[in-house]
Amino acid sequence: MDITPDSIVYWRSGPFTINATLVFTWLVMAILVLVSWLVTRRLSTETSLSRGQNLLEIVVDGIQQQIRDVTQQDPGRYLPFIGTLFLFIATSNVLMLVPGFKPPTGSLSTTTALALCVFVSVPVYGIASLGLRGYLKTYIQPSVFMLPMNVLGELTRTIALAIRLFGNIMSGSMIAALLLAIAPLFFPVIMNALGLLIGLIQAYIFSILALVFIASAARVHEAGRPAERDNAQEEKVDE
Amino acid sequence: MSSVELIGMISIIMAGATVGFGAPITAIGEGWAVSRSMAALAQQPDAAPVITRTLFIGVAMIESSAIYCFVVSLILIFANPFWNHFVNLAGTQ
Repeated sequence: MDITPDSIVYWRSGPFTINATLVFTWLVMAILVLVSWLVTRRLSTETSLSRGQNLLEIVVDGIQQQIRDVTQQDPGRYLPFIGTLFLFIATSNVLMLVPGFKPPTGSLSTTTALALCVFVSVPVYGIASLGLRGYLKTYIQPSVFMLPMNVLGELTRTIALAIRLFGNIMSGSMIAALLLAIAPLFFPVIMNALGLLIGLIQAYIFSILALVFIASAARVHEAGRPAERDNAQEEKVDE
Repeated sequence: MSSVELIGMISIIMAGATVGFGAPITAIGEGWAVSRSMAALAQQPDAAPVITRTLFIGVAMIESSAIYCFVVSLILIFANPFWNHFVNLAGTQ
């Protein structure tokens, strides 16, 4: 039994191998690009929308709303990165239902790559909004003695992000395969439905956690001035 | 008992024990989190989106420890480095 789609190799030449993870990652990317290209080719501002445009508007608007709820900031900065993460993971998890499709998120290499993207983008967003000094200063909050803890936390949460997604998706497909051998008639359907739910929840959780990490690195200075923040909150209540 | 048999036996026992201890304790923790959030939802239905989102994130965080146990037990069964080492040794002899 294969734990990961990495072990299914289609083509090999010297140090380069093309395995199922790569093939299905490119397939998911192709599907996403093709669908968005087809839909955005003819956008309309009329009252009658095409079905595809309606769908994409709901998706983008929903992601924007979630980002605004979580960060209390303008979603425009985070939308490209977080939205891409969510759409990629959700698409590859949902396509798990298609027979023969091995979800690329069920491979530790893919999830590690995604988690590394989050790991790199945390300082990028942090430095962009706080400056280099301001960002480095967050590592010695609340005191210098917390420096090792902060660095360690940054590393372990990246590992946790990768292993969580990998473990959930891999266990889902593995349980489905085991049940197929034990009770092939009815139970795999239920487990696949459960896998669909878990796949979407994991996509949501991965992107929300990435958003929380990035936003917490990018808005520390606002928390440093409590009076201003309280005023802002009061204004919000008044609205 | 040869070392390969010993490694196989201990690996399988520990794979079961890892999930057997890791999953129920995590489940108790998740049950606490869900029951508390249900109480909070009953008291403040208006705050449902925030509570639900925080619950999802928290439960995912808790669940990752059970997933770690699961991954460790799968490694013990399917990708055991010690087992592979001794099988390779036996193959070369």
